[in-house]
Amino acid sequence: MIEVEGLAKRFGPVEAVREVSFSAADGRITGLLGPNGAGKSTTLRMLYTVLRPDAGSARIDGTDVVADPLAARRSIGVLPHSAGIYRQLTARENIRFYGELHGLAPALLRRRIDELVGRLDMTEFADRRADGFSQGQRIKVALARALVHSPRNVLLDEPTNGLDVMATRALRELIRGLRAEGHCVLFSSHVMQEVAALCDDVVIIDHGRVAASGSPEALQARFGGSSLEETFVRVLGEQEGLA
Amino acid sequence: MIPTLAAVFRKELLETLRDRRALLSSLVMGPLFAPLLFIGMLAISLDRSVSALDEAVAVTVSGAERAPNLVRFLREQGFDLSLRDGPDAELRRWIEDDSELVVMAVPDGFGERFAGGRPARVLVYADGSNSKAERRADRLRAAIGGYSGTLASLRLQARGISPLVAQPLVVDDVDVSTPAARATLVLGMLSYLILLVTLVGGMYLAIDATAGERERGSLEPLLTMPVPRAQLIYGKVLAAAFFMSVALALVTTTLALSIRQLPLETIGMSANFGPGVALGVFLSTLPFVTVGAALLTVVASFTRSYKEAQTWLGVLMLVPTLPIAVAGVLGIKANATLMAVPSLSQHLLIQGFLRGDPLPTGYAAISIASTLALGGLLTWVAGRLYQRERILG
Repeated sequence: MIEVEGLAKRFGPVEAVREVSFSAADGRITGLLGPNGAGKSTTLRMLYTVLRPDAGSARIDGTDVVADPLAARRSIGVLPHSAGIYRQLTARENIRFYGELHGLAPALLRRRIDELVGRLDMTEFADRRADGFSQGQRIKVALARALVHSPRNVLLDEPTNGLDVMATRALRELIRGLRAEGHCVLFSSHVMQEVAALCDDVVIIDHGRVAASGSPEALQARFGGSSLEETFVRVLGEQEGLA
Repeated sequence: MIPTLAAVFRKELLETLRDRRALLSSLVMGPLFAPLLFIGMLAISLDRSVSALDEAVAVTVSGAERAPNLVRFLREQGFDLSLRDGPDAELRRWIEDDSELVVMAVPDGFGERFAGGRPARVLVYADGSNSKAERRADRLRAAIGGYSGTLASLRLQARGISPLVAQPLVVDDVDVSTPAARATLVLGMLSYLILLVTLVGGMYLAIDATAGERERGSLEPLLTMPVPRAQLIYGKVLAAAFFMSVALALVTTTLALSIRQLPLETIGMSANFGPGVALGVFLSTLPFVTVGAALLTVVASFTRSYKEAQTWLGVLMLVPTLPIAVAGVLGIKANATLMAVPSLSQHLLIQGFLRGDPLPTGYAAISIASTLALGGLLTWVAGRLYQRERILG
């Protein structure tokens, strides 16, 4: 469960996030949708505590991310926009390192890694060094290490970037699987089809503000438009008009 | 804190050990090749100076029949004389053709002047700009001077005068330097080499763990781990310090083994670098790895890319060696204040060991305490730097 209230962040003269409020429920997939530079990544970065908000607050399962960042980090799994993995380590070693930092006991960690390797279909390359992995393989490793501690909440920043059709499909399946297990999944994207195909709730962000939010159907009903894409364009257009 | 440090340490170690290029630059090129190169060059220069002393000096003599006794004397002194007559202009041409050539000419009238008890001239032709010819000419002049002195004594005695009359003063050189201390002059560069190689040993890891990690985009996910950021960076400093320690151990061992191969005894020096000294050098330099590792990590944290970090650290390598250079030029002797300067204190401690005259334990304690204090402070600074948001670049 992620609750965000009045989040704001500026970098020098640039107001990256002005006022973002939304909540993402357990057992649902929430999508942050918005054009490039709208403030999606900055919002996520504040949620996973690498940036401190200038104003507003965010709680993850009731834990304030500013007051107790360590506790907040324990209950989230993160796939950042640039999810680099260590090329000299094998896939398994990459995942193990994160498990160790989460303080998992060796036996539990081994079991957990085996489980993730099976689930993400990584058996073929799990013991190979990450040097030379394809983009899809790298994303899988990064995703597996984000999930190694079985976090309740999963934050994904443009996870399908650079993935081919098959890898994208596999990732969607995985995200749906997480939902079925009752996880709270929050992911950002600027790709409409992606959000339409996956999300239970959509938060449209533009110029650092929430332009609209709700289920895809509700948004479509409210703003009209035959597709979510058209709805998206209408929402943004309305905002532009207001500005 | 310990499990986090251990996890980061293990990961950095594994990564560097698997990176052949990193391993080569930090543990092979530095600790093995640098000392071998240094010792090799030293061996060649020693070999040359030693063989120069043994070598028979080749001299061409013109007009040898005019001074048969001098020629015999020079041959007895081990000069390799070849006889070849010619006028002044021709002698000069010989030297133009072969600038290493040294020619002694006995002019006309040498016999009459000599017999008459008047100063008899001999001419020594040599190219003063050629160091080898100049060395030969020096040896020749010294030998002729010796011959001349002997004759002077004989002439005085023949006139019933003690030759001591002609020697109102006499200088005796008393060299109080021990053979080991003389060797230290030659080996003075060693502490510089040891500190530099130690720093290089951890440089790759320090860059890779900070600027490299950021450039490859693995820093941001790492910072989402539920551990204090400072602990992550402490683990990295620890790993860099470990690599520096290994480099230090390797370079000390390489030096200890290779210095034995130097013909130092032949020029009256002894290489004081047994296992005990090697251990002393290692232990007195060991605290310095904390300063080195933390300093490199701090600087690499400020840089935006791997390349930028490499540039800065290359310059940074010179900083700890600066006090040593200054000390070398000024001929500084150890005192309590200087022992509080990291890198300089290690230099002085190493020099003490090499000279066979280790510094007092109190000095070593000051060096260790001040170095560890600076290392601790820099490590803390590195930890603070990672609290900043800008660390993500």
